[in-house]
Amino acid sequence: MLADFLQFLFSGITVGAAYALAALGFTIIYNTSGVINFAQGEFIMLGGMLSAALIATGVPMYLAIALAIVATGAVGLIIEKFAIEPAKNADVITLIIITIGAALIIRGLVQVFLGKGTHSLPPFSGDQPVAFLGATLLPQSFWVLGVSFVIVVLLGWFFGATTFGKAMLATSYNKMASRLVGINTKVILLLSFGLSAILGAAGGAILAPITLTSYDIGIMLGLKGFVAAVLGGMGSGVGVVAGGLILGVAEAMTAGYLSSSYKDAVPFVLILLILFVRPNGLFGPPSSERV
Amino acid sequence: MIHRNIGKALVAGVLFVAGASAAQAEDPIKIGAVLSVTGPASYLGDPELKTLETYVKKINDEGGVLGRKLQLVHYDDGTQAAKANSFAKRLIESDRVDALIGGTTTGATMAMVPLAEKAEVPFVSLAGAIVVIDPVKKWVFKTPHTDRMAAEKVFEDMKKRGITKVGLLSDTGGFGQSGYKEAKQVVGNYGITLVAEETYNPSDTDMTAQLTKINGAPGVEAVFVFGFGQGAAIVTRNYGQLNMRIPLYQSHGVASNEFVTLSGKSAEGVRMPTPALLVADALPADDPQKSTVVSYNETYRNIYKSDPSTFGGYAYDALALIVDAIKRAGSTDKAKVRDALEQTGGFVGTTGVFNMSPTDHMGLDLTAFRMAEVRNGTWKLLD
Repeated sequence: MLADFLQFLFSGITVGAAYALAALGFTIIYNTSGVINFAQGEFIMLGGMLSAALIATGVPMYLAIALAIVATGAVGLIIEKFAIEPAKNADVITLIIITIGAALIIRGLVQVFLGKGTHSLPPFSGDQPVAFLGATLLPQSFWVLGVSFVIVVLLGWFFGATTFGKAMLATSYNKMASRLVGINTKVILLLSFGLSAILGAAGGAILAPITLTSYDIGIMLGLKGFVAAVLGGMGSGVGVVAGGLILGVAEAMTAGYLSSSYKDAVPFVLILLILFVRPNGLFGPPSSERV
Repeated sequence: MIHRNIGKALVAGVLFVAGASAAQAEDPIKIGAVLSVTGPASYLGDPELKTLETYVKKINDEGGVLGRKLQLVHYDDGTQAAKANSFAKRLIESDRVDALIGGTTTGATMAMVPLAEKAEVPFVSLAGAIVVIDPVKKWVFKTPHTDRMAAEKVFEDMKKRGITKVGLLSDTGGFGQSGYKEAKQVVGNYGITLVAEETYNPSDTDMTAQLTKINGAPGVEAVFVFGFGQGAAIVTRNYGQLNMRIPLYQSHGVASNEFVTLSGKSAEGVRMPTPALLVADALPADDPQKSTVVSYNETYRNIYKSDPSTFGGYAYDALALIVDAIKRAGSTDKAKVRDALEQTGGFVGTTGVFNMSPTDHMGLDLTAFRMAEVRNGTWKLLD
């Protein structure tokens, strides 16, 4: 019984860590502009797919991942420069719709140029499962959890202690006032997309050995990551990671103890509950109007 | 004078008749196709269209059929059944095709069936579901094997090994749900009971919870997974991660080299029913389908530089069956071609050996599936 429970828990952690990593990508752009970037899932997909494609041409794995991350960062910059910036006076909803369009374009291009097949990356530390009291966990899951943790710490430091990070937050609170105190909000927005893309791509490469990767994996990861982000509280690093893990574990427990047929309803039930009870998320600031 | 004129008239007349018959000989045989080349079913429709284009060209280069060229008229329904219906109408009424191929999906096929039946055009479908040919429709045939046959093949093998209690894990997509339904229907015929029934979403990334539950079901002796693509590969990896001892069976949905690559060493010992096409190289030289599938694979690979799929094979069989029927009928007279199609016997296709009859418009039996096991990263045929 205990072994079963632990296995459900580990399954939840494996899945939840992926959601958490996906959710973290939403944080940077949201913190700078209030925009929810629905192309975030595609950044994750690009990280995995480009790495796999490069490895297939004979590039060593870590170099391939590095190249894929840089390339995806460039894609993020391009999207901001040519799709978001020209619409700078549009409201947030319009910008969100633009990101959906960007996501469709990326997915379509990958489908045409990298194919519709599924690919995998070799796990970083072997594929011998770690056994614990009769349950098992893949070593790659520790990588995902570890990297998520490092990113949370880095983001906390970046937004809390660096001038640049504070400038980003300021831009999101009031663009006009930020400009008046000398912040180049154009550059801030541009860099926020670049950073998000880099973060997403790194996540995609780390996740690929577990989730595998294909042109359409960004849809699922983006959606579940978004749910995790809302659950934990948009913009809070610790919050979204907790949100992801809660979501993953809730899904696994439902599959294990109730029925796997109900599992897919879990995210929607959770998000409804949280929107009723704590609209800003579990770890978000108490409800208040931004001024 | 008069004689000379008569002579001229005769010559002109002969020329006229000759010209007319030459024109008739060059009139192409029109094959109409409605395929889902774009949309969600594009991974089926795309290789189907490529196959038809390749082989129509190939047949024409080799002199055509009955001295006439083939002409392929095709429309893309975008995986929408309603569009398949209107394109079928266009093919029948304005393109006046001699035979119809298509309906990549069951939905599209069923939307085309009433039109083909009413206009009395021979119609060979590429859809999997059994409803296409059961009950038998006079003008409708199909080439793919059914999901029920895949389930039967698996249960047959389990029975041979003395397995009686099975856990079923199916994906929540169309393929998995159809497989789940068919498996439940036929499982009793083999003295096997399902002791656990679990599902997963095709885009899920970890199925250890479901597998743990199945593994804990009382008396379970094997797992049968009905799914395809990355979901089924992840199930296999999780099965390896959990170090499960009971045999793992997959459906024909995963029968591809991609599955073996993605699943890694967890794929060792996994059994599945597979069409001959995917294990072409592993087939013994005396296999009746060997030369057909090897030649199809080579042709496809040479032109498109990608691995052929069973879906393209379905299209190849549809075209080959129609061409064969036209040859045997000696004309494109629709009723004669239909009768010839129904009399198809011992016809070797990529999917299997077709033996049609008035009561069976698919003509395949369980030998169309081979039971294969993954050993040392490659396919090993079991029967």
